[in-house]
Amino acid sequence: MDGWWKKNPFYVEYMVHEATALFVAAYAIVLLVGLVRLGQGLEAWTGWLEAMKSPLSIVFHLALLVAIAYHALTWFKLFPLTMPPIVVNGKRVEPNVVVSTGWTAAIIASLALLGIVWRIAA
Amino acid sequence: MSEQKVIEIEVLRYLPESDQAPRSEVYKVPFTDDMSVLQGAQYIKDHFDGSLTFRWSCRMAICGSCGMMINGIPKLSCETFIRDYYPNRITIEALANFPIEKDLVVDLSGFIEKLEAIQPYIIPKEPRTVEQGEYIQTPAQFAEYIQFTSCINCTLCYAACPQVGLNPEFIGPAAIALAHRYNMDSRDGGQAQRMELLASEDGVYNCSAVGYCSEVCPKHVDPGNAVNINKINAAKDYFLRFLSPKGGAK
Amino acid sequence: MKTRKRSNAPVFWGLFGAGGMLAALFGPMLVFITGVAVPLGLILPAGAMDYPKMLAFSQNFIGKGFIFAVISLFMWHAAHRIFHSLHEIGIHAGFGCKLLTYGVALVGTVVSAVVLLGIGF
Ligand code: SF4
Ligand code: FES
Repeated sequence: MDGWWKKNPFYVEYMVHEATALFVAAYAIVLLVGLVRLGQGLEAWTGWLEAMKSPLSIVFHLALLVAIAYHALTWFKLFPLTMPPIVVNGKRVEPNVVVSTGWTAAIIASLALLGIVWRIAA
Repeated sequence: MSEQKVIEIEVLRYLPESDQAPRSEVYKVPFTDDMSVLQGAQYIKDHFDGSLTFRWSCRMAICGSCGMMINGIPKLSCETFIRDYYPNRITIEALANFPIEKDLVVDLSGFIEKLEAIQPYIIPKEPRTVEQGEYIQTPAQFAEYIQFTSCINCTLCYAACPQVGLNPEFIGPAAIALAHRYNMDSRDGGQAQRMELLASEDGVYNCSAVGYCSEVCPKHVDPGNAVNINKINAAKDYFLRFLSPKGGAK
Repeated sequence: MKTRKRSNAPVFWGLFGAGGMLAALFGPMLVFITGVAVPLGLILPAGAMDYPKMLAFSQNFIGKGFIFAVISLFMWHAAHRIFHSLHEIGIHAGFGCKLLTYGVALVGTVVSAVVLLGIGF
């Protein structure tokens, strides 16, 4: 079975979307460090905020953004496979409708989050 | 008359009496546009080497016996056409993730055991006598499982599934799809028995949602969906057994 | 017939699914806010993540819950996927792999719970 995933583009894509987990883990660790710093008080937290401003951090977070966006894209794309069929008025909802509903939900959730953060910040 | 076209077909050969390991052999096969890859193999058997061994029967994508890896992809060779590959070489091999018995013939006994294990028959909810008459089912109840009855046991989905390759004990897509077919049948009451198997360590959680099984299935059974629906069912069973007095599957 | 053990996967699979869902819904925007917009002073009002604001957020019940859910579930999601991927690329070092994946997630969960409780209400 060695190298099985290199043998077919379908498997390669699978491995790529599985690999987004590394980026999700990295981001969770960044947040965890931030939380610990927050718990340590004003100075520690400000230090963490400053560290987030370094060019390296920005580039890193742009990479995280791309990878986690790809996770979101593929997460919903797999819904027709991973979720039971959804029946509305006795008719099975088309797979592509299921997928685009998922994407739409993610966009709405993201905008809502941005809005809430904005309100708290203002 | 136009010139006779010839395609190279590379076959993974394995004769257990004489070969230590599988080896490749290339044949130059003249073909016409209506010829399937299966017919290409038959041409090789008739004209070059009578010992070439492969399974086939219906030649119309319904018996499920002619599956092989064609250029690395599991396909029914009777519905795959040589013209679609020409002028490139076609490589045919025995289905992946199965032990090879001889040439393109694989050992299906493991698969048959899995099929048997899921109890692929109706286990009546309430036994009825002949006098009581037939079991009634509405079209809506029928629609619940019809898709999962289309399986022809071609095992292409097993060849497509890396998890079957990694853990040969995994019950696998087609058998789980068939278990789901009976679980979804309104006349059936065997869900708890089948759940024991589906929720076991050889069951649905071996699947990591690669989804290639459903992609290669020639009958649009979508076995991957059946597997994933049963992850949800098995999880419900796992957590709800603490609430129900009967305790779900063991 | 062979007897088979019931799999405990539903627990880990459930956490994987919950984390995956959360990351799919909010992940990209969270990264954008904390890692790009705030550090560069884009879009959001200045000082959006300053100490008093973040302290208040983490002391609020909903804020606390959100921070805890994001950190711990992201970790369980990633742990489950990485554990499977290690197996898929041929690393089956049973306990070592579990420690490296689920173990780290467990530590992350405990640490974030302790810090969040320590921050107070
Ligand atoms: S589910 Fe599809 S691919 Fe699998 S054995 Fe049945 S027909 Fe073949
Ligand atoms: S020969 Fe029957 S399916 Fe191909």
